Amino acid sequence: MITVNHYLILGSLLFAISIMGLFLNRKNLVVILMAIELMLLAVNMNFIAFSHYLNDLSGQVFVFFILTVAAAESAIGLAILVLLFRNMRSIHVDDMDTLKG
Amino acid sequence: MDLLMDMQSLYLLVPMAPLVGAILAGFFGKAIGRRGAHTVTILGVLVAFLASVVIFQDVLAGNTYNGSVYTWLAAGDVRLEIGFLIDRLTVLMMLVVTFVSLMVHIYTVGYMAEDPGYQRFFSYISLFTFSMLMLVMSNNFLQLFFGWEAVGLVSYLLIGFWFTRETAIYANLKAFLVNRVGDFGFLLGIGLVLAHFGSLDYATVFDRAPDLANNTISIIDGQTWSLMTLICILLFIGAMGKSAQFPLHVWLPDSMEGPTPISALIHAATMVTAGIFMVARMSPLFELSDTALSFVMVIGAITALFMGFLGIIQNDIKRVVAYSTLSQLGYMTVALGASAYSVAIFHLMTHAFFKALLFLAAGSVIIAMHHNQDIRKMGGLRKYLPITWITSLIGSLALIGTPFFSGFYSKDSIIEAVHASHLAGSGFAYFAVTAGVFVTAFYSFRMYFLVFHGKERFHNAHHDHDHAQGQDHTPHETPWVVTLPLVLLAIPSLLIGYFTMGPLVAGDWFGHAIYVNLTAHPAMVELAQGFHGATAMALHGLTLLPFWLAVGGVATAYYLYLVRPDLPQVIRQRSGLIYTILDEKYGFDRFNDWFFAGGSRLIGSRLWRWGDAALIDGLVVNGSARVVGWVAAQVRQLQSGYLYHYAFAMIVGVALLATAFVHF
Repeated sequence: MITVNHYLILGSLLFAISIMGLFLNRKNLVVILMAIELMLLAVNMNFIAFSHYLNDLSGQVFVFFILTVAAAESAIGLAILVLLFRNMRSIHVDDMDTLKG
Repeated sequence: MDLLMDMQSLYLLVPMAPLVGAILAGFFGKAIGRRGAHTVTILGVLVAFLASVVIFQDVLAGNTYNGSVYTWLAAGDVRLEIGFLIDRLTVLMMLVVTFVSLMVHIYTVGYMAEDPGYQRFFSYISLFTFSMLMLVMSNNFLQLFFGWEAVGLVSYLLIGFWFTRETAIYANLKAFLVNRVGDFGFLLGIGLVLAHFGSLDYATVFDRAPDLANNTISIIDGQTWSLMTLICILLFIGAMGKSAQFPLHVWLPDSMEGPTPISALIHAATMVTAGIFMVARMSPLFELSDTALSFVMVIGAITALFMGFLGIIQNDIKRVVAYSTLSQLGYMTVALGASAYSVAIFHLMTHAFFKALLFLAAGSVIIAMHHNQDIRKMGGLRKYLPITWITSLIGSLALIGTPFFSGFYSKDSIIEAVHASHLAGSGFAYFAVTAGVFVTAFYSFRMYFLVFHGKERFHNAHHDHDHAQGQDHTPHETPWVVTLPLVLLAIPSLLIGYFTMGPLVAGDWFGHAIYVNLTAHPAMVELAQGFHGATAMALHGLTLLPFWLAVGGVATAYYLYLVRPDLPQVIRQRSGLIYTILDEKYGFDRFNDWFFAGGSRLIGSRLWRWGDAALIDGLVVNGSARVVGWVAAQVRQLQSGYLYHYAFAMIVGVALLATAFVHF
């Protein structure tokens, strides 16, 4: 029997993977965008699981909102990425250190 | 009731009229022009003088006034007010101040005629008149201090009137700083009065003074001082600064850098007598402390004798008169110390007339000599300046105390009063004032003979002087605006002593304005007993030692400077060390320059280098900046600029917060 715990573990696993993708990735900015998407999906997984088990549809409505916002966000993120590449001729994560004090 | 109100507005009018004149001439000097400036200021002082005359009549009729006009500040029980105390002492001072000031205003029209700062000068001297009147008319210590500082300020401005001269700037700074020393003591004295009497009002303080006569005060542990002695000596230190008493006398000779009219008004006739007036006003306090009176007398005696010596070797006509002023102020101070306050005020009055006269006459000579002040380059001027000559002679005779002249009555009374005093130091003071008579006569007539008699030495002097280029080399009498004040001042110099001696000294003219403890200090009683009319006193004076000392002084001056003019040079060379000491003015200027000026500059430079540059700038300001910079340099190592580091920090932070939230 699949219980809510399994969904939560799955969500945590997805979240952990995305964090690892964020931290350990030294190469490509696109991977960071993907990791952020995955992070949102992990959250969505939790929403849907609770929505189902609590019989409350508003959780699933939220998921639609999140998906929409995530799509818009990745569109903007990719656009920024393109501009960044134009300016710096690189999307290498280790080159992006202009925040350095 | 109406009359009282009228008198009150009249009291207000006296100081306000010169103030209005000063404001008009000072702020609107360009608009009203030269003629306008001297018209408004002379009018202002004239109004003050006439009002003073009316008030004088009123006071003689027995009306005195003590009341406040305006409350400036009330803090708890202490009220700081502006008020007037009008009694016989005040009204006498008002008359002297306004009369001499009026004379000087008129004189200035001629003396400063070519000066570009004409309006400014009139504004200053009117402002001075206002300040001095506020000082003498005050009924409380605060207003006294206000007037005290205000006259000091105007004196500073006027000494440095020709502010492009370096010597003038040096002199006015010196005057200001030396007066600060005195004012510090004065302020401490006022503070003690406020602390122990709880009031700054004269009447209240004088009423309570006898109750506190035996109080002691302990400032350093184990040392107790009499409160009254301390207050009186501190107040007198203020008087020492303002009235140029030893050792705070050093500023007065240098103040001769200012234009001559102000030397007459401020540094001879009125402002420098503020200290004398103040001590006389404080007589109920000074009478309670014999120690303070002794101190006053000894300081005065030192000033009277030793400053007179310095007058002998001066060659600048104004400086001779300046040292004479110092010496005469010493006489007044001695009289104060002998509890003969009314005699001091009497001498203050006669001195104001004849010393203002001598200064203005000196100024007249200076005009005639095209601003050359060296008496060695004058001589024989009596032919060219007849009015100046006669008035100078009257002034000098009054100064040395010739019987029937005003100076005789006041100076002889001082000598008698000191003789009658039994305080510690009175023996020395008696010797000093008696010997001072010879010195006074000698330097006065040395100057008189050198300027008005003997060979005409000014013909050669003009060649090296710019003013004389293309001008008539023969000196000629100065215009009437200059000579009129001389004549008007010569009359009281000659006569006023004869007519006022009786009531002022022998009688009880001042009434309650001056308090003397007659049982302890009987000098005034003895003076009154010995007085049998002014004529008798003058005739008796002919047989006394001071008169013959004065004659001796004049004769010596006559012999040395007219009969054998070659002798002074010889004497100067023979008396090497004494001459050097006198020429160095006992080394006070040098000592002050070395010790006080040099010392404070040394402390200043040390404070600057260690305190300011090293401690404040180095440690506190730049040091804290450097600490911030160092900490930032360490912390910036954390800022790698890589996104994943920031993200990691956020995650860890959220995890920690969540853990904390769940567990605690």
